Amino acid sequence: MLPALRTTDRPGDRVSGQAAPQQPRCKIPSMSKVLAVTQLCKTYGEIVAVDGVSFDVGRNEIVGLLGPNGAGKTTTINMILGVLTPDSGSVSVEGIDIATRRSQALQRTNFAAVYAPLPGNLTVHQNLRVFGLLYGVMNLAGRIEELLHQFDLEKFRDVKCGVLSSGEQTRVSLAKAMLNSPELLLLDEPTASLDPAIARDIRTKIRDFAAQGTGGVLLTSHNMYEVEDICGRVLFLSRGRILLEGDPKTLPREHGKATLEELFISVAREPLTLEVE
Amino acid sequence: MYLTHTAAIVLRQFYLIRGSLSRVLPLFVWAAIDIVLWGFITKYLNTVVSSGFNFVPSLLGAVLLWDFLIRVMQGVTMTFFEDVWSRNFLNIFATPLSISEYLSGLVLSSIATSSIGLVVMVVLATAVFGLSFFVYGVMLVPFFVVLFMCGIALGIVGSGLVLRLGPPAKWFGWPIPAIISPFVGVFYPLSTLPRWMRYISLALPPSYVFEGMRAVVSGHASAPHGLFWGVCLALLYILLACWFFTRVYRHALHTGLIARYSAENLS
Repeated sequence: MLPALRTTDRPGDRVSGQAAPQQPRCKIPSMSKVLAVTQLCKTYGEIVAVDGVSFDVGRNEIVGLLGPNGAGKTTTINMILGVLTPDSGSVSVEGIDIATRRSQALQRTNFAAVYAPLPGNLTVHQNLRVFGLLYGVMNLAGRIEELLHQFDLEKFRDVKCGVLSSGEQTRVSLAKAMLNSPELLLLDEPTASLDPAIARDIRTKIRDFAAQGTGGVLLTSHNMYEVEDICGRVLFLSRGRILLEGDPKTLPREHGKATLEELFISVAREPLTLEVE
Repeated sequence: MYLTHTAAIVLRQFYLIRGSLSRVLPLFVWAAIDIVLWGFITKYLNTVVSSGFNFVPSLLGAVLLWDFLIRVMQGVTMTFFEDVWSRNFLNIFATPLSISEYLSGLVLSSIATSSIGLVVMVVLATAVFGLSFFVYGVMLVPFFVVLFMCGIALGIVGSGLVLRLGPPAKWFGWPIPAIISPFVGVFYPLSTLPRWMRYISLALPPSYVFEGMRAVVSGHASAPHGLFWGVCLALLYILLACWFFTRVYRHALHTGLIARYSAENLS
């Protein structure tokens, strides 16, 4: 059993794993926030997919959004991407509200997801060119060459994406995700189905992006080793609510678990122990 | 509205067509077959009818104009279907692209693809079957404008149906021209129709084109107010089609359909 923690007053408020329960969560100064999600809710009929979720992502920060299947991670990401309208709550990227200034907010955002490969009937270069125009990338030809080199895709430049291996397609998706040097990078299971060597390369690139760029990263993953390796902060989501938040390296011990994976399994199986004192 | 966003949709379509014979051939093959078929039918009719009436400008011209409308409609829907078939909605609608820029991209792509079909039809009809466009005079311009606008409106409605009901709904969209063709009098005067069908004809812009075309061919002046009314109706239908597509898109954003669009969605 997990140690019982304080029940939060409002849906979406969460218990910090780093600080004492009564203390307010360490807020990111508004100037360095790239993403602010406030009281986000989404229901499908009777099913509550996301229930009052609030969190921030800071500049140069990699935040992991964790949770079992159906917890609401992808629903949350879709609302941040503007492809799903929330029932209530708000999302702002660099202070720009996505509901009222969608194009400007998405100009500063990009994403890669294992379930959203780029069109397989276009070549790598063609896809990057089309999406570069959609994101309004300046000096597009130069930026494409830079990314082809950075992701080791030069030899696949004129190859149709549909015939690439999973690892190669993931690299193309990541290259597309970084085309516009986004302030907010959303990655939904970026290394799913990749072999360990390629997954490590991808993690290095994500870490480099956060370290050298001006953006922040929000990623989901079911690979707890990966999360511990690259995320500075994690949010545990269960049944549409954030239950835990903290440093993935210290959070398991704070809850009497040896590893992040054990903590994940406990959250997935016994989320109520975190909600009820 | 950013031109680069619209240009991206057109460029994507150009890349797809350039690299695929199976996309190039349908741009003109069916239209060419129609012209050949109807060209010989009109030649035959000219030989068996003793009145000396020339069927080429009225019948073959009508086929050409009607095929143009169908090419325009298919130009819009085929560009849209590329996103359906490649399951690209999540990628494309998570960009700064607005819905008006997307629809503009579909329309511009359609102008390019339907122009290819039109050129082939015109070359065949004039070179092989002696169709002269001088017969229609300057009225040819409003004829094409009305049919183009109508094709765009039908294409956007067809795309909206598929977005709302899922890919199998393409079978609702494609037959629309065939369904309205009896009402617009492509091959016969509207006076041939029973009264109730004529009332429907009044609301369909192509009716004014084909009535006008027959008037010009028979040596009468085409009523300009009729064509003006046709242009106004076509404009109204484009606005309604855009409104319909936008409503469907917003519904898809609300239900999450954009993010999880798949082969058999009917939500």
